Amino acid sequence: MTPARGSRELRKFWVVLIVLAFLTPLGIYLPKLLQGGGAWGEWGVEEVEKMIGYAPRGMKKLADFWKAPLTGYALPGQESAPASRLSVSYVLSALLGIVVCGGGAWLLGRWLAGKKDRRP
Amino acid sequence: MHIPDGYLGPPTYLAGYAVCAPLWAIAARKLKETLDARRTPLLAISAAFTFLVMMFNIPLPGGSTGHAVGGVLIAIAVGPWGAMLSVSIALVIQALLFGDGGITAIGANCFNIAFVMPFTGYYAYRLLSKALSGGKGRAIAAGIGGYVGLNVAAFTTALMFGIQPILHTGPDGRALYAPYPLSVAIHAMMIEHLVLFGVAEALVTGLAVFHLDNSRSAWVLQASAEETRR
Repeated sequence: MTPARGSRELRKFWVVLIVLAFLTPLGIYLPKLLQGGGAWGEWGVEEVEKMIGYAPRGMKKLADFWKAPLTGYALPGQESAPASRLSVSYVLSALLGIVVCGGGAWLLGRWLAGKKDRRP
Repeated sequence: MHIPDGYLGPPTYLAGYAVCAPLWAIAARKLKETLDARRTPLLAISAAFTFLVMMFNIPLPGGSTGHAVGGVLIAIAVGPWGAMLSVSIALVIQALLFGDGGITAIGANCFNIAFVMPFTGYYAYRLLSKALSGGKGRAIAAGIGGYVGLNVAAFTTALMFGIQPILHTGPDGRALYAPYPLSVAIHAMMIEHLVLFGVAEALVTGLAVFHLDNSRSAWVLQASAEETRR
């Protein structure tokens, strides 16, 4: 692989990722359309209470251990917004995810790879 | 498959961290030894890719939803240890920023999704690609690897859910954490992953490998081969 070609290929991958980010609202609309419920084992405490008749004590205590700033990939206060508005949140979350995950992994990789650019 | 806070009791979630800590250290050491600086961007692309793939919720009509992960595809591109690190990064960001998966459960979730999945799927792929030759064979092997990886991860996740009532039931007979017994957890998790989400994973993995193999980007898939030759 020549560096020039490699970097052109890599650019292509980033473009694919950005396109994927704009398609993420499918992850809202498809389940809505086909009436898929939530993921198994990822219910809120109230939902569990409805299912089994009580809220497990330990679960209740631990469930709010952390309040994520963008819970459910929604902008603050938009968690139960209509699908159209939630889609905007989703795309923004996806783009943010690309930056943070990509940036984090890139920094880690650069640190681990050091300066060697050829296998010994 | 992202276990939230409150589903696992302390012994299980602490064990998750205790098991993952040395695995993360080994992964870092392996990459330090083998990672070519020019392939570093692939690690970044992998972390962003798995983050995005997990946002595509697929419905089981009238039932639950789930998603593919891309973990085996990533293992084929950057090796299973590289996959462990890049998928772990995505899982940590999902938990911290987006509340997808618990903070206490990060160790457990990384064990299932960032370790069990890439490793089982990757070795299934390697075993099969010896038997299936040619570009199409390789893509099929990758697809089956994806299917195997996601399903084994779903199984270990179900085990974690299912042992909670055994470990933590109050004197009143009520569960303290995840309430469903092993039989229910395994049944529910496995059916949906065997029938639908595993198939999605197989398609993502197989089609991506097929496409990459037949493009100028074939070099992306070469890391794994080089790594195992060493």
